[in-house]
Amino acid sequence: MEKTKKISGAKLYRRYLSIHVRSVMQYKASFWMTTVGQFLTSLNMLLGVYFMFRRFGSVKGYTFSEVLLCSSIMLMEYSLGECIARGFDTFPAMVRKGGFDRVMTRPRSAVLQVLGSNIELTRVGRMTMAVIMFVYGISHSGVHWSAGRVMTVIFMLIGGTALFCGIFLIYAALCFYTLDGLEFMNILTDGAREYGKYPVNLYGKRMLQFCTFAVPYALVQYYPLTYLTGRSDNLFTMFLPLLATVFLIPCYLLWRVGLRHYQSSGS
Amino acid sequence: MTIAGLKKNKTYQKYASFFRLRFVMGLQYRAAALAGVVTQFMWGFLEIKVFLAFEQSSPAAFPMTFGQLAAYEWLQQAFLAFFMAWMMEPEIFECITDGNVSYELCRPVDLYHMWFARSMATRLSRGLLRCFPILTVAALLPAPYRLMPPCSLSAAVWFVITMLLGLSVTVALCMIIYMLTFFTVSSLGLRLVFSCAVEFLQGAVIPLPFFPPTLQRIMERLPFASMQNVPLLIYSGSISGAAIWRAAGLQIFWLAALILIGKNIGRYAMKKTTVQGG
Repeated sequence: MEKTKKISGAKLYRRYLSIHVRSVMQYKASFWMTTVGQFLTSLNMLLGVYFMFRRFGSVKGYTFSEVLLCSSIMLMEYSLGECIARGFDTFPAMVRKGGFDRVMTRPRSAVLQVLGSNIELTRVGRMTMAVIMFVYGISHSGVHWSAGRVMTVIFMLIGGTALFCGIFLIYAALCFYTLDGLEFMNILTDGAREYGKYPVNLYGKRMLQFCTFAVPYALVQYYPLTYLTGRSDNLFTMFLPLLATVFLIPCYLLWRVGLRHYQSSGS
Repeated sequence: MTIAGLKKNKTYQKYASFFRLRFVMGLQYRAAALAGVVTQFMWGFLEIKVFLAFEQSSPAAFPMTFGQLAAYEWLQQAFLAFFMAWMMEPEIFECITDGNVSYELCRPVDLYHMWFARSMATRLSRGLLRCFPILTVAALLPAPYRLMPPCSLSAAVWFVITMLLGLSVTVALCMIIYMLTFFTVSSLGLRLVFSCAVEFLQGAVIPLPFFPPTLQRIMERLPFASMQNVPLLIYSGSISGAAIWRAAGLQIFWLAALILIGKNIGRYAMKKTTVQGG
Protein backbone atom coordinates (compact mmCIF):
# COMPACT_ATOMS: atom_id res chain seq x y z
CA MET A 1 0.00 0.00 0.00
CA GLU A 2 1.47 3.37 -0.99
CA LYS A 3 -1.08 5.14 1.16
CA THR A 4 0.76 6.76 4.10
CA LYS A 5 -0.96 7.21 7.41
CA LYS A 6 -2.30 10.67 8.06
CA ILE A 7 -1.41 12.00 11.48
CA SER A 8 -4.10 13.68 13.55
CA GLY A 9 -4.48 17.45 13.87
CA ALA A 10 -3.54 17.43 17.53
CA LYS A 11 -0.39 15.48 16.82
CA LEU A 12 0.53 17.84 14.02
CA TYR A 13 0.06 20.82 16.31
CA ARG A 14 2.29 19.20 18.93
CA ARG A 15 4.92 18.75 16.27
CA TYR A 16 4.66 22.46 15.35
CA LEU A 17 5.00 23.33 19.03
CA SER A 18 8.12 21.25 19.44
CA ILE A 19 9.66 22.97 16.39
CA HIS A 20 9.00 26.37 17.94
CA VAL A 21 10.43 25.37 21.30
CA ARG A 22 13.58 24.09 19.65
CA SER A 23 13.95 27.16 17.42
CA VAL A 24 13.49 29.53 20.36
CA MET A 25 16.18 27.68 22.29
CA GLN A 26 18.64 28.44 19.50
CA TYR A 27 18.42 32.13 20.41
CA LYS A 28 18.18 31.93 24.18
CA ALA A 29 19.37 35.47 24.90
CA SER A 30 16.85 37.06 22.56
CA PHE A 31 14.09 34.85 23.98
CA TRP A 32 14.82 35.81 27.58
CA MET A 33 15.12 39.50 26.79
CA THR A 34 11.76 39.62 25.05
CA THR A 35 10.28 37.66 27.94
CA VAL A 36 11.71 40.10 30.48
CA GLY A 37 10.41 42.98 28.36
CA GLN A 38 6.90 41.50 28.45
CA PHE A 39 7.25 41.19 32.21
CA LEU A 40 8.32 44.82 32.58
CA THR A 41 5.47 46.23 30.48
CA SER A 42 2.95 44.50 32.68
CA LEU A 43 4.88 45.71 35.72
CA ASN A 44 4.22 49.29 34.56
CA MET A 45 0.53 48.49 34.38
CA LEU A 46 0.59 47.04 37.89
CA LEU A 47 2.44 50.05 39.29
CA GLY A 48 -0.06 52.40 37.66
CA VAL A 49 -2.97 50.59 39.29
CA TYR A 50 -1.14 50.43 42.61
CA PHE A 51 -0.49 54.17 42.80
CA MET A 52 -4.06 54.98 41.74
CA PHE A 53 -5.37 52.87 44.61
CA ARG A 54 -2.86 54.34 47.03
CA ARG A 55 -4.39 57.71 46.35
CA PHE A 56 -8.05 56.83 45.96
CA GLY A 57 -8.48 53.73 48.13
CA SER A 58 -11.19 52.15 46.01
CA VAL A 59 -13.04 52.61 42.75
CA LYS A 60 -16.76 51.95 42.32
CA GLY A 61 -16.61 49.70 45.39
CA TYR A 62 -13.74 47.57 44.08
CA THR A 63 -10.65 47.15 46.22
CA PHE A 64 -7.08 46.95 44.97
CA SER A 65 -6.90 43.18 45.32
CA GLU A 66 -10.21 42.69 43.53
CA VAL A 67 -9.00 44.77 40.62
CA LEU A 68 -5.76 42.77 40.63
CA LEU A 69 -7.79 39.58 40.44
CA CYS A 70 -9.67 41.02 37.49
CA SER A 71 -6.64 42.34 35.64
CA SER A 72 -4.52 39.26 36.24
CA ILE A 73 -7.18 36.92 34.85
CA MET A 74 -7.63 39.21 31.84
CA LEU A 75 -3.86 39.29 31.35
CA MET A 76 -3.65 35.50 31.49
CA GLU A 77 -6.49 35.17 28.98
CA TYR A 78 -4.77 37.60 26.67
CA SER A 79 -1.34 36.00 27.02
CA LEU A 80 -2.73 32.54 26.31
CA GLY A 81 -4.76 33.85 23.39
CA GLU A 82 -1.78 35.66 21.91
CA CYS A 83 0.55 32.72 22.49
CA ILE A 84 -1.79 30.38 20.60
CA ALA A 85 -3.10 32.73 17.92
CA ARG A 86 0.06 34.72 17.22
CA GLY A 87 0.02 33.16 13.74
CA PHE A 88 -3.11 35.18 12.96
CA ASP A 89 -1.50 38.30 14.35
CA THR A 90 1.46 37.97 11.99
CA PHE A 91 -0.80 36.76 9.18
CA PRO A 92 -0.59 40.02 7.11
CA ALA A 93 3.15 39.42 6.63
CA MET A 94 2.45 35.83 5.58
CA VAL A 95 -0.07 36.96 2.97
CA ARG A 96 2.19 39.69 1.62
CA LYS A 97 5.18 37.40 1.30
CA GLY A 98 3.08 34.76 -0.44
CA GLY A 99 3.59 32.23 2.35
CA PHE A 100 -0.12 31.57 2.43
CA ASP A 101 -0.03 30.19 -1.11
CA ARG A 102 2.14 27.40 0.21
CA VAL A 103 -0.33 26.74 3.01
CA MET A 104 -3.16 26.42 0.48
CA THR A 105 -1.37 23.74 -1.47
CA ARG A 106 -1.06 21.44 1.54
CA PRO A 107 -3.82 18.93 2.28
CA ARG A 108 -4.34 20.10 5.87
CA SER A 109 -6.59 22.72 7.41
CA ALA A 110 -5.43 26.28 6.79
CA VAL A 111 -6.33 27.38 10.31
CA LEU A 112 -4.15 24.69 11.85
CA GLN A 113 -1.22 25.59 9.64
CA VAL A 114 -1.48 29.32 10.31
CA LEU A 115 -1.71 28.63 14.04
CA GLY A 116 1.32 26.40 13.81
CA SER A 117 3.29 28.95 11.84
CA ASN A 118 3.88 31.07 14.91
CA ILE A 119 3.57 30.05 18.55
CA GLU A 120 4.77 32.92 20.67
CA LEU A 121 6.49 31.47 23.71
CA THR A 122 7.90 34.78 24.96
CA ARG A 123 4.45 35.57 26.36
CA VAL A 124 5.60 33.55 29.36
CA GLY A 125 6.88 36.88 30.69
CA ARG A 126 3.46 38.46 30.75
CA MET A 127 1.97 35.24 32.06
CA THR A 128 4.42 35.19 34.98
CA MET A 129 3.46 38.72 35.95
CA ALA A 130 -0.21 37.78 35.69
CA VAL A 131 0.27 34.75 37.95
CA ILE A 132 2.08 36.87 40.57
CA MET A 133 -0.75 39.42 40.50
CA PHE A 134 -3.31 36.62 40.66
CA VAL A 135 -1.70 35.05 43.71
CA TYR A 136 -1.60 38.42 45.46
CA GLY A 137 -5.20 39.06 44.47
CA ILE A 138 -6.33 35.70 45.84
CA SER A 139 -4.52 36.08 49.14
CA HIS A 140 -5.78 39.60 49.84
CA SER A 141 -9.26 39.84 48.36
CA GLY A 142 -10.89 37.53 50.90
CA VAL A 143 -12.67 35.45 48.28
CA HIS A 144 -14.06 32.28 49.83
CA TRP A 145 -12.91 29.60 47.48
CA SER A 146 -15.51 26.99 46.74
CA ALA A 147 -15.46 24.42 43.97
CA GLY A 148 -17.83 26.68 42.05
CA ARG A 149 -15.49 29.66 42.23
CA VAL A 150 -12.46 27.63 41.16
CA MET A 151 -14.50 26.38 38.22
CA THR A 152 -15.45 29.98 37.43
CA VAL A 153 -11.80 30.99 37.13
CA ILE A 154 -11.12 28.01 34.85
CA PHE A 155 -14.15 28.89 32.72
CA MET A 156 -12.97 32.49 32.55
CA LEU A 157 -9.56 31.39 31.28
CA ILE A 158 -11.11 29.12 28.66
CA GLY A 159 -13.67 31.68 27.51
CA GLY A 160 -11.23 34.58 27.52
CA THR A 161 -8.55 32.71 25.60
CA ALA A 162 -11.15 31.70 23.02
CA LEU A 163 -12.39 35.29 22.79
CA PHE A 164 -8.93 36.70 22.12
CA CYS A 165 -8.20 33.93 19.60
CA GLY A 166 -11.44 34.94 17.90
CA ILE A 167 -10.39 38.58 17.69
CA PHE A 168 -7.03 37.62 16.20
CA LEU A 169 -8.93 35.44 13.73
CA ILE A 170 -11.04 38.45 12.64
CA TYR A 171 -7.84 40.46 12.25
CA ALA A 172 -6.44 37.80 9.94
CA ALA A 173 -9.72 37.39 8.04
CA LEU A 174 -9.95 41.12 7.29
CA CYS A 175 -6.47 40.90 5.88
CA PHE A 176 -7.80 38.79 2.97
CA TYR A 177 -9.43 41.98 1.71
CA THR A 178 -6.90 44.62 2.70
CA LEU A 179 -3.67 42.59 2.35
CA ASP A 180 -2.45 44.58 5.32
CA GLY A 181 -3.03 44.63 9.04
CA LEU A 182 -5.57 47.13 10.30
CA GLU A 183 -4.23 49.22 13.11
CA PHE A 184 -7.62 50.02 14.60
CA MET A 185 -7.96 46.35 15.52
CA ASN A 186 -5.38 47.10 18.22
CA ILE A 187 -8.19 48.66 20.21
CA LEU A 188 -9.84 45.25 20.48
CA THR A 189 -6.64 43.42 21.42
CA ASP A 190 -4.08 45.68 23.13
CA GLY A 191 -6.83 48.04 24.22
CA ALA A 192 -8.76 45.23 25.90
CA ARG A 193 -5.64 44.02 27.65
CA GLU A 194 -4.76 47.52 28.85
CA TYR A 195 -8.20 48.70 29.88
CA GLY A 196 -9.57 45.29 30.82
CA LYS A 197 -7.53 45.69 33.98
CA TYR A 198 -10.58 47.37 35.50
CA PRO A 199 -14.03 45.71 35.51
CA VAL A 200 -15.97 46.76 32.42
CA ASN A 201 -18.79 48.46 34.34
CA LEU A 202 -16.25 51.12 35.34
CA TYR A 203 -16.49 52.50 31.82
CA GLY A 204 -20.21 53.15 31.95
CA LYS A 205 -23.39 51.47 30.82
CA ARG A 206 -22.83 51.86 27.09
CA MET A 207 -19.46 50.22 27.27
CA LEU A 208 -20.92 47.36 29.29
CA GLN A 209 -23.60 46.83 26.65
CA PHE A 210 -20.99 46.88 23.89
CA CYS A 211 -18.82 44.42 25.81
CA THR A 212 -21.77 42.11 26.40
CA PHE A 213 -23.36 41.93 22.97
CA ALA A 214 -20.81 43.07 20.40
CA VAL A 215 -17.42 41.82 21.58
CA PRO A 216 -18.18 39.81 24.72
CA TYR A 217 -15.36 40.89 27.03
CA ALA A 218 -17.82 41.35 29.89
CA LEU A 219 -18.79 37.68 29.70
CA VAL A 220 -15.27 36.61 30.60
CA GLN A 221 -14.54 39.48 32.94
CA TYR A 222 -17.24 41.55 34.63
CA TYR A 223 -20.10 39.03 35.09
CA PRO A 224 -18.06 36.08 36.42
CA LEU A 225 -16.16 38.56 38.59
CA THR A 226 -19.39 39.53 40.35
CA TYR A 227 -19.83 35.86 41.22
CA LEU A 228 -16.19 35.45 42.23
CA THR A 229 -16.21 38.40 44.60
CA GLY A 230 -19.59 37.50 46.05
CA ARG A 231 -21.45 40.46 44.55
CA SER A 232 -23.92 38.07 42.97
CA ASP A 233 -24.73 34.46 43.74
CA ASN A 234 -26.46 33.85 40.46
CA LEU A 235 -25.03 30.54 39.28
CA PHE A 236 -25.79 31.56 35.72
CA THR A 237 -22.93 34.10 35.73
CA MET A 238 -20.54 31.26 36.48
CA PHE A 239 -21.21 29.70 33.08
CA LEU A 240 -21.30 32.93 31.10
CA PRO A 241 -17.58 32.74 30.21
CA LEU A 242 -18.24 29.50 28.34
CA LEU A 243 -20.85 31.34 26.31
CA ALA A 244 -18.06 33.63 25.08
CA THR A 245 -16.60 30.71 23.12
CA VAL A 246 -19.64 31.04 20.84
CA PHE A 247 -17.96 34.23 19.60
CA LEU A 248 -15.55 31.97 17.72
CA ILE A 249 -18.34 30.89 15.34
CA PRO A 250 -18.92 34.25 13.58
CA CYS A 251 -15.14 34.77 13.57
CA TYR A 252 -14.60 31.45 11.84
CA LEU A 253 -17.38 32.17 9.33
CA LEU A 254 -15.74 35.49 8.51
CA TRP A 255 -12.48 33.66 7.97
CA ARG A 256 -14.20 31.17 5.64
CA VAL A 257 -15.76 33.96 3.58
CA GLY A 258 -12.41 35.73 3.45
CA LEU A 259 -10.65 32.55 2.39
CA ARG A 260 -12.96 32.23 -0.59
CA HIS A 261 -12.06 35.78 -1.62
CA TYR A 262 -8.35 35.18 -1.26
CA GLN A 263 -6.21 36.30 -4.12
CA SER A 264 -2.50 35.78 -3.92
CA SER A 265 -0.46 38.92 -3.49
CA GLY A 266 1.67 37.51 -6.30
CA SER A 267 5.03 37.77 -4.63
CA MET B 1 31.09 87.37 6.12
CA THR B 2 34.32 85.88 7.38
CA ILE B 3 35.43 82.50 6.15
CA ALA B 4 34.90 80.96 9.57
CA GLY B 5 31.40 82.38 9.66
CA LEU B 6 30.66 81.05 6.20
CA LYS B 7 31.91 77.62 7.17
CA LYS B 8 29.79 77.57 10.26
CA ASN B 9 26.79 78.58 8.24
CA LYS B 10 27.45 75.72 5.82
CA THR B 11 27.61 73.22 8.69
CA TYR B 12 24.30 74.39 9.97
CA GLN B 13 22.80 74.11 6.48
CA LYS B 14 23.94 70.52 6.20
CA TYR B 15 21.90 69.43 9.21
CA ALA B 16 19.01 71.71 8.29
CA SER B 17 18.66 70.07 4.89
CA PHE B 18 18.98 66.65 6.47
CA PHE B 19 16.20 67.63 8.85
CA ARG B 20 14.03 68.92 5.97
CA LEU B 21 14.51 65.72 4.01
CA ARG B 22 13.42 63.49 6.89
CA PHE B 23 10.57 65.80 7.81
CA VAL B 24 9.06 65.74 4.32
CA MET B 25 9.54 61.99 4.17
CA GLY B 26 7.68 61.57 7.46
CA LEU B 27 4.74 63.57 6.14
CA GLN B 28 4.19 60.98 3.42
CA TYR B 29 2.75 58.37 5.80
CA ARG B 30 -0.76 59.79 5.91
CA ALA B 31 -2.75 56.55 5.87
CA ALA B 32 -0.72 55.16 8.77
CA ALA B 33 -1.26 58.43 10.60
CA LEU B 34 -5.03 58.24 10.16
CA ALA B 35 -5.17 54.71 11.56
CA GLY B 36 -3.00 55.85 14.44
CA VAL B 37 -5.29 58.78 15.15
CA VAL B 38 -8.33 56.52 15.55
CA THR B 39 -6.48 54.22 17.94
CA GLN B 40 -5.01 57.03 19.98
CA PHE B 41 -8.36 58.72 20.23
CA MET B 42 -9.93 55.59 21.72
CA TRP B 43 -6.98 55.26 24.07
CA GLY B 44 -7.39 58.80 25.36
CA PHE B 45 -11.11 58.32 25.77
CA LEU B 46 -10.78 55.11 27.82
CA GLU B 47 -8.00 56.60 29.91
CA ILE B 48 -10.22 59.56 30.82
CA LYS B 49 -13.08 57.15 31.65
CA VAL B 50 -10.84 55.38 34.16
CA PHE B 51 -9.91 58.64 35.86
CA LEU B 52 -13.56 59.69 35.84
CA ALA B 53 -14.51 56.54 37.75
CA PHE B 54 -11.81 57.21 40.35
CA GLU B 55 -12.85 60.82 40.62
CA GLN B 56 -16.48 59.84 41.23
CA SER B 57 -15.42 57.38 43.94
CA SER B 58 -13.45 59.92 45.97
CA PRO B 59 -13.45 63.44 44.47
CA ALA B 60 -11.42 64.93 47.35
CA ALA B 61 -8.38 62.79 46.53
CA PHE B 62 -8.18 64.10 42.96
CA PRO B 63 -5.00 66.24 42.73
CA MET B 64 -6.21 68.54 39.91
CA THR B 65 -9.47 69.61 38.32
CA PHE B 66 -11.00 67.08 35.98
CA GLY B 67 -10.64 69.47 33.04
CA GLN B 68 -6.91 69.61 33.69
CA LEU B 69 -6.70 65.82 33.69
CA ALA B 70 -8.68 65.58 30.43
CA ALA B 71 -6.34 68.14 28.85
CA TYR B 72 -3.30 66.14 30.02
CA GLU B 73 -4.61 62.92 28.52
CA TRP B 74 -5.62 64.43 25.16
CA LEU B 75 -2.34 66.29 24.77
CA GLN B 76 -0.43 63.13 25.64
CA GLN B 77 -2.26 61.23 22.91
CA ALA B 78 -2.00 64.06 20.39
CA PHE B 79 1.76 64.51 20.87
CA LEU B 80 2.60 60.87 21.50
CA ALA B 81 5.25 60.90 18.80
CA PHE B 82 7.12 63.72 20.55
CA PHE B 83 7.63 62.04 23.88
CA MET B 84 7.36 58.26 23.66
CA ALA B 85 10.83 56.86 24.21
CA TRP B 86 10.05 53.57 22.49
CA MET B 87 9.50 55.32 19.16
CA MET B 88 13.16 55.15 18.18
CA GLU B 89 14.66 54.87 14.73
CA PRO B 90 14.96 51.17 13.86
CA GLU B 91 17.32 51.98 11.00
CA ILE B 92 19.85 53.51 13.35
CA PHE B 93 19.94 50.35 15.46
CA GLU B 94 20.18 48.25 12.33
CA CYS B 95 23.08 50.19 10.91
CA ILE B 96 24.99 49.97 14.19
CA THR B 97 24.55 46.22 14.59
CA ASP B 98 25.12 45.27 10.95
CA GLY B 99 28.10 47.58 10.57
CA ASN B 100 26.67 49.85 7.88
CA VAL B 101 27.36 52.69 10.26
CA SER B 102 30.87 52.77 8.78
CA TYR B 103 29.42 54.32 5.63
CA GLU B 104 27.81 57.01 7.73
CA LEU B 105 31.14 57.65 9.40
CA CYS B 106 32.77 58.31 6.02
CA ARG B 107 30.53 61.30 5.46
CA PRO B 108 31.85 64.72 6.39
CA VAL B 109 29.16 65.15 9.03
CA ASP B 110 29.04 64.64 12.74
CA LEU B 111 27.20 61.43 13.56
CA TYR B 112 25.61 62.81 16.71
CA HIS B 113 24.27 65.93 15.00
CA MET B 114 23.03 64.02 12.01
CA TRP B 115 21.11 61.47 14.07
CA PHE B 116 19.81 64.19 16.35
CA ALA B 117 18.43 66.14 13.37
CA ARG B 118 16.99 62.96 11.94
CA SER B 119 15.18 61.95 15.14
CA MET B 120 13.82 65.45 15.65
CA ALA B 121 12.46 65.48 12.09
CA THR B 122 10.79 62.07 12.39
CA ARG B 123 9.14 62.92 15.68
CA LEU B 124 8.03 66.38 14.57
CA SER B 125 6.49 65.21 11.30
CA ARG B 126 4.74 62.29 12.98
CA GLY B 127 3.42 64.41 15.80
CA LEU B 128 2.24 67.27 13.61
CA LEU B 129 0.43 64.89 11.26
CA ARG B 130 -1.46 63.27 14.12
CA CYS B 131 -2.10 66.04 16.60
CA PHE B 132 -4.60 68.23 14.75
CA PRO B 133 -7.41 65.70 14.21
CA ILE B 134 -7.16 64.53 17.83
CA LEU B 135 -7.06 68.06 19.25
CA THR B 136 -9.99 69.22 17.10
CA VAL B 137 -12.29 66.35 17.99
CA ALA B 138 -11.27 66.48 21.67
CA ALA B 139 -12.08 70.19 21.84
CA LEU B 140 -15.61 69.52 20.53
CA LEU B 141 -16.51 66.77 23.02
CA PRO B 142 -19.07 67.32 25.81
CA ALA B 143 -18.11 68.43 29.31
CA PRO B 144 -16.03 65.94 31.30
CA TYR B 145 -14.16 64.76 28.22
CA ARG B 146 -13.62 68.12 26.56
CA LEU B 147 -10.12 69.43 25.89
CA MET B 148 -10.09 72.92 27.39
CA PRO B 149 -8.22 75.78 25.73
CA PRO B 150 -4.85 76.74 27.29
CA CYS B 151 -5.52 78.46 30.60
CA SER B 152 -3.93 81.76 29.50
CA LEU B 153 -2.04 83.30 26.60
CA SER B 154 1.26 83.11 28.46
CA ALA B 155 0.55 79.46 29.31
CA ALA B 156 0.02 78.81 25.60
CA VAL B 157 3.36 80.42 24.71
CA TRP B 158 5.17 78.53 27.48
CA PHE B 159 3.44 75.34 26.38
CA VAL B 160 4.98 75.62 22.92
CA ILE B 161 8.42 76.56 24.25
CA THR B 162 8.57 73.81 26.88
CA MET B 163 7.15 71.28 24.45
CA LEU B 164 10.02 71.90 22.03
CA LEU B 165 12.43 71.63 24.95
CA GLY B 166 10.72 68.41 26.07
CA LEU B 167 10.96 67.00 22.56
CA SER B 168 14.68 67.82 22.50
CA VAL B 169 15.19 66.14 25.90
CA THR B 170 13.43 63.03 24.58
CA VAL B 171 15.67 62.92 21.53
CA ALA B 172 18.81 63.58 23.62
CA LEU B 173 17.85 60.66 25.86
CA CYS B 174 17.32 58.37 22.88
CA MET B 175 20.71 59.48 21.51
CA ILE B 176 22.36 58.03 24.62
CA ILE B 177 20.69 54.71 23.88
CA TYR B 178 21.88 54.80 20.25
CA MET B 179 25.41 55.48 21.42
CA LEU B 180 25.30 52.72 24.03
CA THR B 181 24.23 50.32 21.29
CA PHE B 182 27.81 50.48 19.96
CA PHE B 183 28.89 48.48 23.01
CA THR B 184 26.30 45.69 22.73
CA VAL B 185 25.67 42.88 20.30
CA SER B 186 21.90 43.20 20.53
CA SER B 187 20.26 46.40 21.70
CA LEU B 188 16.96 44.68 22.46
CA GLY B 189 17.35 44.31 26.23
CA LEU B 190 18.69 47.82 26.66
CA ARG B 191 15.80 49.29 24.71
CA LEU B 192 13.15 47.31 26.60
CA VAL B 193 14.36 48.30 30.04
CA PHE B 194 14.90 51.89 28.94
CA SER B 195 11.48 52.38 27.37
CA CYS B 196 9.61 50.79 30.26
CA ALA B 197 11.42 52.89 32.85
CA VAL B 198 10.96 56.11 30.88
CA GLU B 199 7.28 55.47 30.25
CA PHE B 200 6.64 55.13 33.95
CA LEU B 201 8.93 57.92 35.19
CA GLN B 202 7.81 60.54 32.67
CA GLY B 203 4.18 60.25 33.73
CA ALA B 204 2.80 58.36 30.74
CA VAL B 205 1.25 55.60 32.86
CA ILE B 206 -0.31 58.04 35.31
CA PRO B 207 0.50 61.78 35.51
CA LEU B 208 3.10 62.73 38.14
CA PRO B 209 0.64 64.69 40.38
CA PHE B 210 -1.10 61.36 41.12
CA PHE B 211 1.96 59.92 42.87
CA PRO B 212 2.55 60.30 46.62
CA PRO B 213 4.20 63.69 47.40
CA THR B 214 7.72 62.49 48.26
CA LEU B 215 7.94 60.22 45.26
CA GLN B 216 6.57 63.00 43.10
CA ARG B 217 9.26 65.42 44.28
CA ILE B 218 11.99 62.94 43.39
CA MET B 219 10.47 62.15 40.00
CA GLU B 220 10.10 65.84 39.15
CA ARG B 221 13.85 66.33 39.43
CA LEU B 222 14.76 63.43 37.16
CA PRO B 223 15.34 64.13 33.46
CA PHE B 224 12.27 62.07 32.54
CA ALA B 225 9.92 64.66 34.05
CA SER B 226 11.42 67.24 31.68
CA MET B 227 9.83 65.44 28.74
CA GLN B 228 6.01 65.51 28.54
CA ASN B 229 5.29 66.34 32.15
CA VAL B 230 6.30 70.02 32.02
CA PRO B 231 4.50 71.25 28.87
CA LEU B 232 1.34 69.24 29.55
CA LEU B 233 0.99 70.59 33.08
CA ILE B 234 1.75 74.15 31.99
CA TYR B 235 -1.02 74.02 29.37
CA SER B 236 -3.72 73.39 31.96
CA GLY B 237 -2.23 75.64 34.63
CA SER B 238 -1.09 72.89 37.02
CA ILE B 239 2.35 74.47 36.79
CA SER B 240 2.15 78.27 36.85
CA GLY B 241 3.99 81.42 37.92
CA ALA B 242 7.56 81.06 39.14
CA ALA B 243 7.31 77.26 38.92
CA ILE B 244 7.27 77.59 35.12
CA TRP B 245 10.69 79.26 35.14
CA ARG B 246 12.07 76.57 37.44
CA ALA B 247 10.66 73.76 35.31
CA ALA B 248 11.92 75.28 32.06
CA GLY B 249 15.34 75.92 33.63
CA LEU B 250 15.53 72.29 34.69
CA GLN B 251 14.60 71.24 31.15
CA ILE B 252 17.49 73.28 29.74
CA PHE B 253 19.85 71.85 32.34
CA TRP B 254 18.88 68.25 31.53
CA LEU B 255 19.00 68.91 27.81
CA ALA B 256 22.55 70.20 28.09
CA ALA B 257 23.59 67.39 30.42
CA LEU B 258 22.08 64.64 28.26
CA ILE B 259 23.63 66.02 25.08
CA LEU B 260 27.01 66.20 26.79
CA ILE B 261 26.71 62.62 28.08
CA GLY B 262 25.51 61.36 24.70
CA LYS B 263 28.32 63.08 22.81
CA ASN B 264 30.97 61.75 25.17
CA ILE B 265 29.69 58.20 24.98
CA GLY B 266 29.63 58.66 21.21
CA ARG B 267 33.22 59.88 21.14
CA TYR B 268 34.34 56.97 23.29
CA ALA B 269 32.41 54.54 21.08
CA MET B 270 34.07 55.91 17.93
CA LYS B 271 37.49 55.28 19.44
CA LYS B 272 36.56 51.70 20.35
CA THR B 273 34.68 50.79 17.22
CA THR B 274 36.50 48.58 14.79
CA VAL B 275 34.86 47.70 11.53
CA GLN B 276 35.17 43.97 11.03
CA GLY B 277 35.09 44.14 7.27
CA GLY B 278 32.76 42.07 5.13
